[in-house]
Parts: sequence; C-alpha cells; structure tokens
Amino acid sequence: MTAILTNLFDGVAYGMLLFVLACGLAVTLGLMNFVNLAHGAFAMAGGYVCMVLVNRMGWPFFAALPLAFVSSAAIGIVLERTLYRHLYARSHLDQVLFTIGLTFMSVAAVDYIQGSSRVFINLPAALQGQFDLFGVGIGRYRLMIIVICGLLTIGLQLVLAKTRFGSRLRAAVDDPRAASGLGINVPQVFAFTFAFGCGLAGLGGALSAEILGLDPYFPLKFMIYFLIVVTVGGSSSITGPFLASLLLGIGDVAGKYYVPKMGPFVIYTMMIVILIWRPNGLFGRTAAR
Amino acid sequence: MSAASDVGHSAQRQARWHFGEVAFWLVVLACGFAFPSRYLIMTDILRLALFTMSLDLILGYAGIVSLGHAAFFGVGAYAAGLLALHGIINEPVLALVVAGLAAMVLGFATSFLVIRGVDLTRLMVTLGIALLLEALAERFSNITGGTDGLQGIEMQPILGQIPFDMFGKAGFFYSLTVLFLLFLFARRVVHSPFGLSLRAIKNNPLRAAAIGIPVNRRLIAIYTLAAFYAGIAGALFTQTTAIASLDVFAFERSADLMLVLVIGGTGYLYGGLIGAVIFRMLQELFSTITPQYWQFWIGLVLVVIVLVGRQRLHRWVLYVPNLVIKQVAGRKAVVAVPESDS
Repeated sequence: MTAILTNLFDGVAYGMLLFVLACGLAVTLGLMNFVNLAHGAFAMAGGYVCMVLVNRMGWPFFAALPLAFVSSAAIGIVLERTLYRHLYARSHLDQVLFTIGLTFMSVAAVDYIQGSSRVFINLPAALQGQFDLFGVGIGRYRLMIIVICGLLTIGLQLVLAKTRFGSRLRAAVDDPRAASGLGINVPQVFAFTFAFGCGLAGLGGALSAEILGLDPYFPLKFMIYFLIVVTVGGSSSITGPFLASLLLGIGDVAGKYYVPKMGPFVIYTMMIVILIWRPNGLFGRTAAR
Repeated sequence: MSAASDVGHSAQRQARWHFGEVAFWLVVLACGFAFPSRYLIMTDILRLALFTMSLDLILGYAGIVSLGHAAFFGVGAYAAGLLALHGIINEPVLALVVAGLAAMVLGFATSFLVIRGVDLTRLMVTLGIALLLEALAERFSNITGGTDGLQGIEMQPILGQIPFDMFGKAGFFYSLTVLFLLFLFARRVVHSPFGLSLRAIKNNPLRAAAIGIPVNRRLIAIYTLAAFYAGIAGALFTQTTAIASLDVFAFERSADLMLVLVIGGTGYLYGGLIGAVIFRMLQELFSTITPQYWQFWIGLVLVVIVLVGRQRLHRWVLYVPNLVIKQVAGRKAVVAVPESDS
C-alpha cells in the first residue's frame, strides 16, 4: 500500500516536472500551431546554465534556478526574433526540418562544450534524502518540485485567465487577424509567450537534472514526452496539458516499477491508443487548425 | 483540344523516358566500374537512395509527413537478418522479398492509424510506432540480440550463383539491380492514374474526395507500398553488411532520411537518389573535418535549407543545367523542378 503511495507521489512529481518542461510547447505547438521539436534544447540550455553556476561558480541552487529561466528565455527571444518568426506561416514539414536541424546543432554544440557524459547539479543538503509521512517515503527534492511546479501552474492559470496579457494572448490565438484589428500587437504577444515558454523549459531543465538526467542527448530523448503531453492534452486550456503530464508521469513511473521489462512500451502504447481514440487530444479542441 | 485530353497528353509526355534519365542510370552503372575501391560506400548510397525513394512516395506524392519511417526499415532489416541467421530462407533474393512483405504487412496495419488525423497526429503516431518497435526489439533481446544486434549472419550466394565477396562488388551490383527494378516500378506507379490521384489528394484532400477519389484507400495503398520499399531497403542493409542492431529503428535514421529527401527535393523520384549521393558526400566531408561533431553541420545544413527556402534552392541548383539545355537544345527547362509541397 505504501509502495503504491510512494510511486504515486513520485509519479506526480515527475508529471509536474514534465508539465513545466512542456507547457511552453503547449503554447507554440497547440496555440500558435508551430511544430517546435527543438523545445527540449531550451530545457537543456537552462539545465546546463544551472549546472555551471552551481558546480563551477559556487552559486546557491535556488539562486541559479531563476537564472536558468532567464537565460533560456533570452535564447528563446533571440531565436524567435531572428529565425522562428519567419517560419510561422510555412508548412509543417519545413517547421519539422528546421527544428530538427536546431536540435542536432544544440546536441553537438553542448557535446563539444561540456562533453557527452551525464552531468549532476550539486544539491544543497536540505534537499537530499527523504522523510516518512504516515509510512510513505517522501523525497525532499521531489516535494520541492511539486511545490514549485504547483505554484507555477496556479500562477500561469491566473495570468491566462485574469490578466490583460492573458486575454490578449487568448484573443491573438483565437483569431490573429481580428486581434490585430483591435490593436493588439500579435507578433509581440507571440514573441513574449514564446520566450516565457522557453524560460519555463529552462527552469524545468534545471530541476530535471536530478530526476531525468541531463546530458547532450536530452532534447532527443525527451522530445517524444513533450509532444505526448501536448498532443494528448490538447490545447484549449492549460488544464489539458497539465492533466496529460500527470497521467504520463504516473503512468511512466508505475510502468517502470510494476512492469520494468516493458520499459517505455507502456507510454508509447498509451499515446497511440489515445491519439487513435481522440485524434485531437483527450481534453479539448483540435491542436492543428 | 479539350481540357481532359490536354491533361492526358501532358501526363503521357511526363511519363516518357527522357534522355537525361537514361544518362543518369548509365552514369550510375559506370560508377560501379569506375571506382572498384569504393563499393562499400556506393552500396550504402544505393540503400539510402532506395529508403529515401520510399519516403518520397508518401511524403512527396501523398503528402504524409512521417517521423518514423525507420520502423519499416528496421522490420525489413531484422526480418532479413533472422531469416538468414536461422537458415529459414537461405536464398537472399527470396529473403529480400519476404522481408519486404513483412514490412508491408506492418505498413498496412499501421496505415489505418496514420490516415486518421492531421499532420501533427501523423507525426506523433509514426514517431510512436518507430519508438514502440525499438522498445520491443530491446525487450525481446533473446530474439533480436538487444543492443549487440544480430551477429554471425552468413549470406548465401545470390540466386545460388553469385557469392557476396569481401570487396562488396556483388553487394553493389545486387543493390543496384534491386534499386533499379523498384525504381522502374515506382516510376510506373507515380505516372499512372493512381499516382496522379495521389498528387490530387496531396494538393487538396477535400477536392480530391469531391471528384470521386477514394482518399483513404489511396493513402493506405501508397503507405503500404512505401513500407514495402523501406523494408527492402532495410533487408538490403542487413544482407550487404551482415549486421542488424537496434539503431535501425533510431529516430536519427528517420530524421536523416527527411534531410536526404529534402536535399534531393520532394515529389520527383530522382530526388531521393540525388539526395542520397549529396548527403553521404556531405557526411564524409563533415566527419573528416570534425569526426565527433558532424551532426552539428548536418543540422546547420537543414536550418539553412529551410530558411533559404527549398524551392528557391532548387531553382538555383537547376539554373545552370537549364541554361545549358536552353543553349544546346533550344528549348526550355527539361530538368524537372520539384513540386511545391505546402
């Protein structure tokens, strides 16, 4: 019984992490209809920035996290302004090719700069180990992830639903032409959202070094997970990807624990079945218009 | 002349063999005799060309974007490897066909999943199927040999007559023959009314359905055929290299394949062949400069191709040949310009 609860807890932490990693993609892919396979590269950038700051320059872990966010967001906005925006109107094939190219470049570049082996971020002692709560083993690091990611999710939901920027974004996504007719600067809204999504991915990358493992092949290895979150979750709101992340996280952890031999088999089967059953995602409207 | 006969006339003219095509195949054949020390790399190019042609059939002609075409390549490769390893079918040509059929069955079964949904769902489903097969191959490592791959495959002589030699000469001409025969068939298919209906579907599925083309059935047919081609390419890989390992299913293989096709140009069968030659040469070039980081430059090539625009790039490449043809023969653009695919 307690093993089930511990697994559930780990699965939730894993799922929340996936959500933070992938929710930027939910916006670019789901809302702006841009197939960005290079999303994992931004996450990797954040992870490596955090690693360098903490391990080499002796920054405290919690101070390095915001910087991981900022640096990924900065890379995101530069690439968006210079390269990505030319491709919004192009075919999906062009977008796929372009972003695969970017992914390959990022993998080779990080390999060149940092070497190909897996890196670890030195964690403060307060985050290591686990404690027992009613007999359920709770990892401190995972608890922190749940807290951070939970707060982020609530914050995102509030920003999208309550603020002026949120309504602008929703308007720009629903009908870019009408939105720009109303005086909303659509490219600017998209650029900002893209950068914010990349920043979140960077933060997720920094947090995931401990759980998912961080090496130059990160963007390729987890690309499929991010895509699953978005395509399964749909894009009508932030709730869809969130629930999809939790489902994926719990499913993956449980799959690895109870049927270790089947490995990733469970996840892929689940994804294909869901996509066949509901091609537009479990929760919501069509992802690609 | 009525519109219908006009279209028919134009289709017939396109289906005829051009001088340039004959010259192309003669050059390929001549390469086999001109570079006897390069059989291995040339065989590799032929395999890649066949594999790319298979993707071109679904991407260039039917407009299905696939990120998991390596699935069929892998099934073909393992099928051929297992058949040879356990001595079930010793004769390579027969094993080749059987391996192709195995991939074809998988293609037929998965085509129903692929025709559902839009581009994005297709991307995901094709990618998922390839990953699933990779996971399966890893899981059943007692059959597939896991990460070590199938080892100790010994190929019997082709048709019981021609043994595979260590310089790869037999392998090269064997691959070339297979490629040429399959090319002839593909050429026949894409110029048939069936092939023309595929292009109609690609340009506008709704309109194609409105003029009475059974869209889903056509897509299933071409997807199955493409799977057969990819399976044959995979089987050739196993037969000429005598290995089959997990990386036949790898995502990089599917991604590289797209790059090859895009370099060569989509929507005309020679795109795959030309792309394969250019891609391998680029790869050789990059890995002599930076053995470990050639992937960076391959990625850069992809990014640049997309940013410049594929059609513009092909126009530039074809500018000189067309100029020459215009001067010599006094007529316009004989060299095929790839169709747009958006």
